[in-house]
Amino acid sequence: MTTLLFGPFVRPDYVRGERVMRVVVVGAGEVGANIASGLADAHDVVVVDTDPERVEAITYQLDVLAIEGDGTSLATLKEAGVEDADMLIASTDSDEANIVACATAKTVSDAFTVARVRKTDYLTTWRGAEGAFSVDFMVCTDLLAAQSIVRIAGLPGAQDVDSFAGGRVRMAEFEVTEESTLANQTVEAADRFESLTFAAILRNGDVEIPRGDTRIEPGDKVVVIGSPESCRLFASELTPSNGLESSDEVYVVGGSEIGYQTARLLEAQGVTPRVIERDPERARELAEELAGSVVLENDGTDIDFLERENVTDADLVVAALSSDEKNLLVSLLAKRLGAKRTVAVVEDGSFVDVFETVGVDVAVNPREVTAEEITRFTREEHTQNVAIIESDRAEVLEIEVDDESLLANRTIADATADLPQGVVVGAITRNDDLITPRGDTVVRPGDHVVVFAETSILEEVTPQL
Amino acid sequence: MKVDWRASFSLVGRVTKYLAVALIVPIVTGLLYDPWSIVPFVVTALVAIGIGTVLERLDDDPDIGAREGFLMVAATWFAVSLVGTLPYLLEHLTLQGGSLAYATETTLQRPENALFESMSGFTTTGATVMGDISFESHTRALLMWRQLTQWLGGMGIVVLAVAILPELSVGGAQLMDAEAPGPGIEKLTPRIAETARALWVAYAGITVLEMVLLYGLHVGGLAPNMSAYNAIAHGFTTLSTGGFSPEARSIEAFSAAVQWLIIPFMMAAGTNFALFWHATKGNFEKLFEDTEFRAYLGVIGVLTAIGASLLYTDPGLAGPATEAAAPHYEGVGAEPIAHTFPIFQNVEAALRQSMFQVVGFVTTTGYATMDFNAWSGPAKYLLVFAMFIGGSAGSTGGGIKIVRWLVIVKSLRRELFTTVHPDAVRPVRLAGQPLDERAIRGIYAFTLLYFAIFFVAIVVLVVDASFAGDPETLSVIEAMTTVAATLGNIGPGLELIGPMGSYLEFSAQSKVFMVVLMWIGRLEIFPVLVLLTRGYWSS
Repeated sequence: MTTLLFGPFVRPDYVRGERVMRVVVVGAGEVGANIASGLADAHDVVVVDTDPERVEAITYQLDVLAIEGDGTSLATLKEAGVEDADMLIASTDSDEANIVACATAKTVSDAFTVARVRKTDYLTTWRGAEGAFSVDFMVCTDLLAAQSIVRIAGLPGAQDVDSFAGGRVRMAEFEVTEESTLANQTVEAADRFESLTFAAILRNGDVEIPRGDTRIEPGDKVVVIGSPESCRLFASELTPSNGLESSDEVYVVGGSEIGYQTARLLEAQGVTPRVIERDPERARELAEELAGSVVLENDGTDIDFLERENVTDADLVVAALSSDEKNLLVSLLAKRLGAKRTVAVVEDGSFVDVFETVGVDVAVNPREVTAEEITRFTREEHTQNVAIIESDRAEVLEIEVDDESLLANRTIADATADLPQGVVVGAITRNDDLITPRGDTVVRPGDHVVVFAETSILEEVTPQL
Repeated sequence: MKVDWRASFSLVGRVTKYLAVALIVPIVTGLLYDPWSIVPFVVTALVAIGIGTVLERLDDDPDIGAREGFLMVAATWFAVSLVGTLPYLLEHLTLQGGSLAYATETTLQRPENALFESMSGFTTTGATVMGDISFESHTRALLMWRQLTQWLGGMGIVVLAVAILPELSVGGAQLMDAEAPGPGIEKLTPRIAETARALWVAYAGITVLEMVLLYGLHVGGLAPNMSAYNAIAHGFTTLSTGGFSPEARSIEAFSAAVQWLIIPFMMAAGTNFALFWHATKGNFEKLFEDTEFRAYLGVIGVLTAIGASLLYTDPGLAGPATEAAAPHYEGVGAEPIAHTFPIFQNVEAALRQSMFQVVGFVTTTGYATMDFNAWSGPAKYLLVFAMFIGGSAGSTGGGIKIVRWLVIVKSLRRELFTTVHPDAVRPVRLAGQPLDERAIRGIYAFTLLYFAIFFVAIVVLVVDASFAGDPETLSVIEAMTTVAATLGNIGPGLELIGPMGSYLEFSAQSKVFMVVLMWIGRLEIFPVLVLLTRGYWSS
């Protein structure tokens, strides 16, 4: 009766299994707007931006409250209701403004603060001291993108790779081609890899939970969860070429921050990447920072130059220039010259499919990667890590099992019978050891479970786990 | 913006005035041995104060910029060396029958010789024009003054002035930069005066340590000749990489134990003193992580090993009477010969002689534990090679410096790489730190200029020698090592100017020319050369 009377006026505490939060998003640029739109249907979102045109645009596009003002000023933040907010996400283009916005919010509020930064220096400082800058969580867009490029580079054929349980569990998405040994096999026959679980098959945009007799068809994308080693074995079975080795010829075209971070991470893996940057000053800067790389100052779209530097023998070419068009051009050029694999950075998410259709092996969208990272903190506390599959059709979650969980102290076969279809337990880590889940495996409280779930049943499943 | 020369000379005056304080050392020495020998020093002190005060009047509130800094540093070194000639000129000058006359004749009484000895002292070269180095012809006070000039010049007169005089704190970094050896200075503390003080404290501390240890050997019976006087005198000239010794046979006059003890102290003198500062802060790793220091140790190690094997297998070094050694060891007393020979097939002696001479040349100290003119050709050439290496940046050593060679080798390696990859951008790194391209260019320019001056100066000396006397008097190897030894502030060379020889036989004009070489060598050429450009004086 009460619900009926006051229903429309009372804020629901939960929407689709998630607690409703009041979120202040500072900065309505592409990332800010993206985050706001992702959160708007489940949470109360207030967006703050200095640009009146953007504020107006957002007011009409999204169901959020948009306020014009400076997100680093306390008055504006108070107007946005930061005092009662659960979370503040600062995602303007300025690192400093984002950090100051978080610090300002903390002076009057207990909100969980998230700052997006580009400079890795800030991330290093933040990691070094708990609560530094009054930022509770820091997302480094370019670093995330670079990490995802390097992860993909390490798994040939993989289109999306994510790590869970501190790197002990890996999720990877592969496309099965006509020539692949897996094509036209049943999952039962294909499932010969130790500590690897087939979590899902994506076919024609649908998510299919594989049974033993499901046949893998060419053109399918398979999502596997398992140890990094087993993922690598699986990848080499799927596509004959091997993962990254120190003798590999790797080219990073474009010395953008993503290009720089990619080169840095590749260096750490023992590869000597060649970084191609056109601007002399930036090239010098990169050469000073990247002691283990060879920096070449030239235009990455110059065919003569690419041939002279033997891009024809490249094992991997990463296109990380500032424009999507150029990245496409460079990737296709490299492919034409004979490069084995190409990875392109795509700023505009809607181009990802186009890129992969015309011949770029993998397209990485930094915004998508950032969105994944930030989404972690809109989940309930015990969900520790999230990966989004195929533009939100499914998610892979990492959960710490507690006593109340439906999984606790039961075998997996038993537990999954009580869960709706579309849920797969992909991997379990217990005391730092990886356990491959089979039907008779018993889950104990304290275990970390990596679960694959379709988005449509997510809200139903999450509270039960 | 013209050069404010008044400001520069005013500061030169201030430094000159304070030179009087340093004269306390020979005055005290004189009072201990022979009170009358202090007269030249008292007069010098009064003259220094007088000239200093007059120059100071030029500008009451000197304001030093980059240009004034070069002039001030270059002029200070010259002024100090000029004032430093007075004790040599005034020694033994007495009133005889109403007129002033020398009671004892010495070579230093000629003005060009006095200037040579004084400049050689302050620039820590260690080249001498003394005819007879003994207490018979010179007072103990004077010989101590000669040692002290090297100690003052070692860490740098201007660095000392910056440490002591508060008015030099602004612009002090520039002054130190112009004076300090190496391509740049490392500021250790926020205040430049504190940095200068830290360097001088480290310098003085290690000097005192060496003096105490040397005298300790004497007390312990291991060094009969190392009296307190000698311990202090050699402490002054080891840490400054000077090389003057009141003993005619340099370090050969002392036992093997003394020779071994001096080696590490010469090596310390050729090390960047900033590293010692870090070490006193507990940062010992910094010492061995330093690329230059490691290269320095490596160079000494390799050269010592080659040298020792050459000496060990040289039958000419079996004893003082062999054909090779005899001309250089005629009339030498039995005592030095006892610990010098045999070197042939004697591991300890070969290693000691090789290491001492190699360290002496690399650090540009110029001490000697034997007359290496007796060595075989290859072994002597090894020393000539060592003359062009030089100590570390920020040390008291002269020469081209290890760090410059490191940068040159690394940038040449880059040239080879960019031949293959013409588009490659590759900074030259030193200990992981990328170097500014302008700094690299500066290092190339310095090294090239150093060699250009080296070759031109040889021509000057050879031509002058042939006009001034017998054309056969100056051999090519003598001329080459003479220039290398004076420009690199080393001291001894080969043949005529060997460790037991002297520069006395050069003509007066050649000596003055060498004074200039020592002067520009100590200041690393640019601060002096820039004064000769038109652009420096005009706006």
